Amino acid sequence: MKKLRLIAGVLVLGLGAAACGGAKVDDNSSAAPSANASAGAAAAGSAGTVKMAINAWVGYEASAAVVDYLLENELHYKVEKVTLNEEPSWQGMESGDVDVVLENWGHDDLKKKYIEEKGVAVEAGPNGNNGVIGWYVPEWMVQKYPDITDYKNLNKYADLFKTSESDGKGQLLDGDPSFVTNDEALVKNLKLDYKVVYAGSEAALIKAAEQATDQQKPLLMYFYEPQWLFSKLKLVKINLPPYTAGCDADPKKVACDYPAYPLDKIVSKKFADAGGPAYELVKNFKWTNDDQNKVADDITNNGLSDEAAAKKWVEANPTIWQAWIPK
Amino acid sequence: MGTAAIEVRGLWKIFGPKADRIIGSPDAELDSAALRAKTGCTAAVRDVSFEVRPGEVFVVMGLSGSGKSTLVRCLTRLIEPTGGDVAIGGEDVRGMSATQLRELRRHRVSMVFQHFGLLPHRRVLDNVAYGLEIQGVAKAVRHEKARAILSLVGLEGHEDSYPDQLSGGMQQRVGLARALAVDPEVLLFDEPFSALDPLIRRDMQAEVVRLHREVGKTMVFITHDLSEALKLGERIAIMRNGSIVQVGTPEELVGAPADDYVADFVRDVPKSHVLSLRWISRQPDADEPLDGPELPADTVIHDAIPAAMASARPIRVVADGELVGVVDRVDLLGAVRLGEGIGAQAGEALAGTRSSSASASASAPSAEEA
Amino acid sequence: MVAAPADIAPPVPVAERAQRLARWLPAAGAVLVVALYVAFKNTAVLPHDDDASLFHWLNDARDWVDENRNTSPFFLYFVNYVRLGVAELFTLFQTALTALGWPGLIGVAAGLGWLAGGWRIALVSVVGFAGIGALGLWDASVDTLALTLSSVLLSLVIGIPIGILTGRSPRVRRIVSPVLDVMQIMPTFSYLSPIVLLFLIGPASATIATMIYAIPPAIRITALAIQRVPPTAVEASESLGATGGQTLRKVRLPMALNTITLGVNQTIAAALSMVPLVALIAAPGLGVDLIRALARVNVGAALVPGIAIVIIAIVLDRITRSAAVSRARSSAVRWAGFAVAIVAGLALTPVLAPEFPEQWQIQIIRPINDVVGWIEANWYGFTGFLNDTVAYGLLNPLQDVLTSAPWWLITIAVLGFAWRFSGLRAGLVAAGCLVAIAALSLWEHGMETLTIVLVASVITIAVGLALGIAAARSRWFAAVLRPILDAAQTMPSFSYLLPAVALFGNGRFTAIIASLIYAVPVVARLVEDGVRAVPGTVVEAARSAGSTDRQLLWKVQLPMAKSSLLLAANQGIVMTLAMVVIGALVGAGALGYDVVAGIAQQEDYGKGLAAGVALVLLGVMLDRITQGASGRPNSKKKRIA
Repeated sequence: MKKLRLIAGVLVLGLGAAACGGAKVDDNSSAAPSANASAGAAAAGSAGTVKMAINAWVGYEASAAVVDYLLENELHYKVEKVTLNEEPSWQGMESGDVDVVLENWGHDDLKKKYIEEKGVAVEAGPNGNNGVIGWYVPEWMVQKYPDITDYKNLNKYADLFKTSESDGKGQLLDGDPSFVTNDEALVKNLKLDYKVVYAGSEAALIKAAEQATDQQKPLLMYFYEPQWLFSKLKLVKINLPPYTAGCDADPKKVACDYPAYPLDKIVSKKFADAGGPAYELVKNFKWTNDDQNKVADDITNNGLSDEAAAKKWVEANPTIWQAWIPK
Repeated sequence: MGTAAIEVRGLWKIFGPKADRIIGSPDAELDSAALRAKTGCTAAVRDVSFEVRPGEVFVVMGLSGSGKSTLVRCLTRLIEPTGGDVAIGGEDVRGMSATQLRELRRHRVSMVFQHFGLLPHRRVLDNVAYGLEIQGVAKAVRHEKARAILSLVGLEGHEDSYPDQLSGGMQQRVGLARALAVDPEVLLFDEPFSALDPLIRRDMQAEVVRLHREVGKTMVFITHDLSEALKLGERIAIMRNGSIVQVGTPEELVGAPADDYVADFVRDVPKSHVLSLRWISRQPDADEPLDGPELPADTVIHDAIPAAMASARPIRVVADGELVGVVDRVDLLGAVRLGEGIGAQAGEALAGTRSSSASASASAPSAEEA
Repeated sequence: MVAAPADIAPPVPVAERAQRLARWLPAAGAVLVVALYVAFKNTAVLPHDDDASLFHWLNDARDWVDENRNTSPFFLYFVNYVRLGVAELFTLFQTALTALGWPGLIGVAAGLGWLAGGWRIALVSVVGFAGIGALGLWDASVDTLALTLSSVLLSLVIGIPIGILTGRSPRVRRIVSPVLDVMQIMPTFSYLSPIVLLFLIGPASATIATMIYAIPPAIRITALAIQRVPPTAVEASESLGATGGQTLRKVRLPMALNTITLGVNQTIAAALSMVPLVALIAAPGLGVDLIRALARVNVGAALVPGIAIVIIAIVLDRITRSAAVSRARSSAVRWAGFAVAIVAGLALTPVLAPEFPEQWQIQIIRPINDVVGWIEANWYGFTGFLNDTVAYGLLNPLQDVLTSAPWWLITIAVLGFAWRFSGLRAGLVAAGCLVAIAALSLWEHGMETLTIVLVASVITIAVGLALGIAAARSRWFAAVLRPILDAAQTMPSFSYLLPAVALFGNGRFTAIIASLIYAVPVVARLVEDGVRAVPGTVVEAARSAGSTDRQLLWKVQLPMAKSSLLLAANQGIVMTLAMVVIGALVGAGALGYDVVAGIAQQEDYGKGLAAGVALVLLGVMLDRITQGASGRPNSKKKRIA
């Protein structure tokens, strides 16, 4: 008993001594990477570790695959892919779990919080992709109901879009709950007789679009570009009230279309400050929607692994990526 | 407190809420059912007093629920008594601090349990050495001691077995060895043999008798088996409902039961096997010849039969070289018939005598403690 | 005597009439509830409002935590240290396991297997771990193993002392028991948000979340083991003057060790079933592959990590199980084998390639997907029909009733039902939970979730009952069913979503199918065990009286297995709830969706947190209603899959 108490006392003292300054949340990033780096070094003589957030749509994955491939094969870094939703990825920059986000869709609120207020992240320039978000219907519907592309007429066709999940209203099929979306507010503020139903993932959206095209089933869905699907089948965008600067300031009161998103890269402050070839490569990375769609198509439809698809693109397009490699 | 090995005065154990308030109050006089109904308490030991002499085998005997197991646990405060005094070797047990109490248990008093209480994950040797181990005795020393004790109880060669590889009787020998290993002044036995088969039980009783002869420890032996009590006990305390009804030698209990309860208890005991000639000797009649065989007064009646068979003359009963009386064949027959109990009243013949001792022990298991 | 005067008769019939009245009370109550529903329909409904002030308040609280994470002493000196320490522990395991290399790790596993159970277990370990390598998931599996081991270690370090205290002290037991009850009912999803708030995302939070899920069996089984130590052994030790500490170390713990090892086994199983889910909060490992496969609706890609987890579970289970059975007698052969296996593995590590050789890997994703693709293409009409039947026939009408009835009416109905079924106390708790859900501003979503859970539970229990009875009555059927159920129970709950999604698309019915696959094994097993446990003499007596099989089942076996059946229903419902919540990932909506959105979207955080609490309340309510009059045997393992 006495011995136990002694041990407990020593422990408390030890903790107390260690606790003098308290622990801040990013303290571990000094410990964890070193361990990883040493493990990595033992494995491949690596230049360091880059923690890359992977968001859950294939376009992002395509970008990540190529950057990953170059980091590992050209610059000899070890890449840790952290599969995360968009917002937690930002949080990961604070906690030290994420160094790089390769495809950021707007998120001005997060930029304000993590770049301006907390100072844990910095912008690393556009990645060259242009993002579009909107509501889409399969092409055959436009041929059959030409005026459906105007949002004002959607209520007229609400019955077409009824499903078992939509509560007697028309169904607006959304993707992953984590995606950028104003759809619930839009439905409400535009007084549409629709219900937003979440399919849960990009793949579910794609499958719905394919079925809607093949089987001529009505479908109204949230979708976005760049996406390889547009090279396979035709979807037509619904015209929502045009976007004006600031019309989406209050997420609850949005009644306008989504803005154009010049997609950009975000890196953690620590990663940027450390500099080095990895940071330079991420900063220089810039390609087109077509490039991304090619790689994404290979990953999704041609059965290639991320790595193989990246390799294929890298071998086919040396001029593009050589410009990214730091001199 | 004098020379008693164990001295118990006015000991109480009451289970239940606010038990200590009952002693000394009028409630203490209530019988168990009334006490439970009134206070929710159960009195397991009520105002018990006795002394055990050094080297004596003292048996506490009673039916299940009579409080005897609680009583023996109160001696070393495995169960904390509610009131009264216990002294072991003249030292007040109830006043001891936790450390003193531990020292008492480690060095001076050890106990053998009904269900053995062996540690299944330890070898026999380490089970026996357990008491020494917790005293902090070095491994080599305690193992040597444990080996010696194991050979004393006849378990050489089983040192490296595990308890579940041994028979019940052998397991209890391990329990006995464990208690002996710490070389205590006092051994407490809590119904150690009631979980064993009758034949093995008889061996183990003989073992205890032998050990007592060899090591001469003071022993307190709890049992519900009257024949076991009579066989082992120098003195026996009979318990009923938490109180001691009578304390005495086997002869005193059988020959002079203190009340109907005790009398009922010992009724089936073949008295000729317990009582000595002293109990049936009488002044010789005027015309009786006094040249018959001579036997000491403490000869058990049963053992006098051969002498009576060999001679037609009355046996002369002698104590300290003086004649205290005579016993003839009729007296002996009468005593044997008296011992027949029910058989005697039914006017049955002598023939039952042989089986009666067997029936006494055979009936015992039915009274096992719950 | 026969024609008794009328005026003497009444005393008996009065009691009888009261009894008859009591018998009609439930029916009368049901009629009353229906009448009240018709009268008050669409009044006192609590429609969902995303703007509820509670959500905003919780968001503000979140913002406060976010801002003060690096300044508040509570975080500086406590929370952040916990996070750091746990992260270090995980890194330690990860680094060590990675450094071993695949030959080294296989060697260690083989050595441990040898030590615990001889060559059989060693072989299982080698084949199992080599199999993981062959599936091409070595690295992710090592991460999962590291996460599992660190959370199991924490669970044991914290759980065993609490378990010992619980086993020793009735007072502690009274406090710990209900807490564990709630922890085991709590859907795993519900506590991700608060953990992320405190510890941010990353392996540390993941380890802690897994620990919360895995610690109840560690505590419960340790307590049970300590309680079961024979009192005579303890008394013997005390009679020899052992101190409390000596008795604990030398008697209680060694004698409880085998049972505690079984507790370790259960803890590992629980941790492994949670590990995939924490990929949602940035934990590395097989869960990542599962979630990615889910996002791509790639059944094959989801099945492979699922199989890897099953393999890890089997290897760890066999090792710990045989360690629990065998007595730890030191035997030179054992230790030598242990050493040889480890040394052999370690010696091979530098020789062989650090990556698991690619040519040894097998590809099974494509063939699986081909099968799924064929089913999708050809069964579409059938699956669509099933989906619509359940949605329009059961889900929608029930949801309409639950969301259009006044909240007080539902609360009263639940109170009455639970009172009748499980006693007043249970009824009050259940009703209290409902009121609290209303207070959380999540009534409508709560009712939606309840709708799915009720429908799924009914189907689950019906299927489980049928399978269980069939298995109990036919040895042959049981022999076929057992291994399938075993495998189904070990699979991470997550991997059930995918086949369901592939067949039925996204929506509530998919969640129902997934929960059906998840919960049926347990229900079927409890039913089977219950029916089998009916004493043979009773069955014999019934047969000798000329019962048909059907009579035997309905009049003897089922009534006598009542407590098992109640337990099966209880477990079925609790497990269904857990799965329906996860079903939010495939579009089942309601509270589960709120939780997912709360993790994913900033402005939904408050709603997500409240939804997590509401889920716990819903779970407690369902548990209380179904725990039945007979009381629940607590020792039965719950939701350990």
